[in-house]
Amino acid sequence: MDRLMDIMTGLSVLLIVLVLASVRRAHIRVEYSVSWLLGAAALLVLSRAPVLLNYVAGRMGITYPPVALLLIAGFVFVIIFYRFSVIISKLKDDNIALAQRVAILEYHLRSRKGSIAG
Amino acid sequence: MTGKRRDSLLILVPALNEEGAVGGVVRAIRESVPGAPVLVVDDCSTDGTIAAARAAGAEVLPMPHHLGLGGCVQAGYKLAFELGFEYVIRLDGDGQHDAQDIPRIYETLRRTGCHMVIGSRFAEANGSNTSWLRAVGIHFFRLVLRPVLGKPVRDPTSGYVGVNRKALQVFSQSFPLEYPEIEALVVLQRKRFVFEEVPCRMHPRRTGRSSITPLKSIYYIVHVLLGVFVNVLKYERRAPKPKRRS
Repeated sequence: MDRLMDIMTGLSVLLIVLVLASVRRAHIRVEYSVSWLLGAAALLVLSRAPVLLNYVAGRMGITYPPVALLLIAGFVFVIIFYRFSVIISKLKDDNIALAQRVAILEYHLRSRKGSIAG
Repeated sequence: MTGKRRDSLLILVPALNEEGAVGGVVRAIRESVPGAPVLVVDDCSTDGTIAAARAAGAEVLPMPHHLGLGGCVQAGYKLAFELGFEYVIRLDGDGQHDAQDIPRIYETLRRTGCHMVIGSRFAEANGSNTSWLRAVGIHFFRLVLRPVLGKPVRDPTSGYVGVNRKALQVFSQSFPLEYPEIEALVVLQRKRFVFEEVPCRMHPRRTGRSSITPLKSIYYIVHVLLGVFVNVLKYERRAPKPKRRS
């Protein structure tokens, strides 16, 4: 169990470092790093605080605490993926509307230039 | 190109890498409906589609990047609506749709006052010019759409479609982006709009190959079913039933 907890701690730290480095290099915007950092921080705390993890596992009716930790990790990341799916969908809609608007404006501009040129 | 005239008609041709076919399609349209402007919406082709369309006498609306069929058609609808056109008829740029059927669709739009007219391969006996896989898919969607639309539709996947200005306004604001034909029918049904079908001829593609593979067909079915389901659930956007006169 200790080994599994250590692995979870290592993965959490790795995720936090990776996200912070990406934010620093402007590969991820700050607002989109918050979900990852909160999720990773929660996993880090739970993997380093056996008392808290035992309590949470007990409340969930799970006798083996690492299973509760994996379940929570899975749920956190599913929520993050869902949130990003919503954001990506909106971005795609905006992108298409913008591309259509650019194409139509270019068309009007060309028509105007054509009529001015005679 | 403007649509200020009453009964003004625009022919819309979405095209992606149709250099070999689009010129012939535009010329056939201009022969069939002389005087009607032809707008080719180019979905970022990498070949000479734009030049071929312009050389044949079409106006071209080039997309800044690849948007897919729905995004491309909607861009054409938006421009047509802004320019004030009363009717828009859309046909494919690969030469499968026979431009000689345009007057029939146009006449039906004007005569019946319906919002959409579908050029149907199956409205007459000449309905076998399609692959068996597609025929099975069409039959399946006929069964699914019958209760949703409240009336039978024989060719729900047809891309040969005419719309009037009211439908144009709706599609300018909301249009399915991938595989739009079937979902567009449901979008109109939620507004209680009316559609008709008229028989049309289909030809084999002039150039190129269809991008539909068996795997994509399965994706298509799942995607469209989901789209229909989601649109049916949009109760808040559904127009009220017209009141009966007492």
